[in-house]
Amino acid sequence: MEPIPQSAPARGNSADDMKLVARIRAGDQQAMSELYDRYAKVVYAVALRVLQDASAAEDVLQDIFMQLWRKPDAFDGSRGTLAAWLAVISRHRSIDRLRQRRPELNIEECMIAGGPDLQDEAERNLVVEKVRSVLAEMNPDQRRALELAYFEGLTHTEIAEKTGEPLGTIKTRIRTGLQQLRAKFAA
Amino acid sequence: MKAHEKFADDLTLYALNELAGEERLAIEQHLQTCASCRRELEMLRSDLGLLGLSSSGPQPPARSRQRLMRTIAAEPRGVSLEQPLPAPKKSWWQEVMPALAILGLVFIVMSLWRTDIRRKDEETGLVTHNQEQAAQLDHLNQELRLLTSPDAVHVSLNPQKSPRQPSGTAIFSPSQKRMMFMASNMPAVPQGKAYELWIIPTTGAPIPAGVFKPDGHGNAVMMDHTMPSGVEAKAFAITLEKEEGSDKPTSPILLMGLVS
Repeated sequence: MEPIPQSAPARGNSADDMKLVARIRAGDQQAMSELYDRYAKVVYAVALRVLQDASAAEDVLQDIFMQLWRKPDAFDGSRGTLAAWLAVISRHRSIDRLRQRRPELNIEECMIAGGPDLQDEAERNLVVEKVRSVLAEMNPDQRRALELAYFEGLTHTEIAEKTGEPLGTIKTRIRTGLQQLRAKFAA
Repeated sequence: MKAHEKFADDLTLYALNELAGEERLAIEQHLQTCASCRRELEMLRSDLGLLGLSSSGPQPPARSRQRLMRTIAAEPRGVSLEQPLPAPKKSWWQEVMPALAILGLVFIVMSLWRTDIRRKDEETGLVTHNQEQAAQLDHLNQELRLLTSPDAVHVSLNPQKSPRQPSGTAIFSPSQKRMMFMASNMPAVPQGKAYELWIIPTTGAPIPAGVFKPDGHGNAVMMDHTMPSGVEAKAFAITLEKEEGSDKPTSPILLMGLVS
């Protein structure tokens, strides 16, 4: 495996997020409300982009926050950021729904590590702009492969068939695309 | 090339949850023994999270927030050790217990009403009867208060190892100092044995909280138990003991549930 740049460690990982999660663990509904206000837009945006259906995206949003209410310990705040974790869960749940399959990933098994601090909206907006700039600078074929895999849930085989590229090329494009993204945040 | 290097591309696809069949199996086997790849998988998920943030869109509808908060308010705060996704179907007793309690209340009210008609002829006997009915009514009310108490804590006890069909739930209210316990799919106990429920306090030894034997369907309910005063429970557990109960656990824990 090639050396892969490491993401910047989570800064203070979201002390506020962790306080909210601790309150949710204690059954504090107000904490859930605050967490929803902080991250519902992120979860909904990912679900909407994948599903292209507002009603279905709303269902995914409900499902994810209810899972967090039921299993607040599923998120390990000592290692990754809550925003990134929620975005990943939203993507996976949405793809599962798109493919009309049972959820394949238990949220408790979805461990993440590293990543920039995302709990503040201003910081989150900066990160979003940075991600978009990385995608804009990416080779168009590479960006296309990454987006087909991530937002449309196509398998590498399906992407290879759709683009006419060899399977190995598609795999490598997806991997190196993510490497570029990580390198930008490690810089 | 190190052993895990050949998994580099597939690890990304696995993080995307888009690996199937033998490839998925191979990488899952590799992950069990390769800490480096496990760490890389977690980093890849973080990268994927960042990629997700590139999405933009409208705020979710306001009704979505209201819907969530309504659902949360209606759902008792639960602690389950292995609640599958989506939320598992409730055990039979969880479904029917409130309805049974209400039916019981209706039945008692009807009984009281009929008793009242006969009272003209049976005044002496009725006083005693009413007292018994009132006690029963109070008993059911107490159980209903426990089930509906805002601070009632539900703790699911599940097997530590597969198979995981047997399950139990302890419900207790710190303010009422009362608890109940319900179990399902419990194997039959050997002659002279019974299951014993233990309260595991934050400090000190496990406290016996009653013995029970499941019925022919493997179900059991223990109601109307008083929580020991001054005890802060951190977990509940079930062991197999002699049928009269033990002072301390003498066999391995069969089910256990933590109180968060």
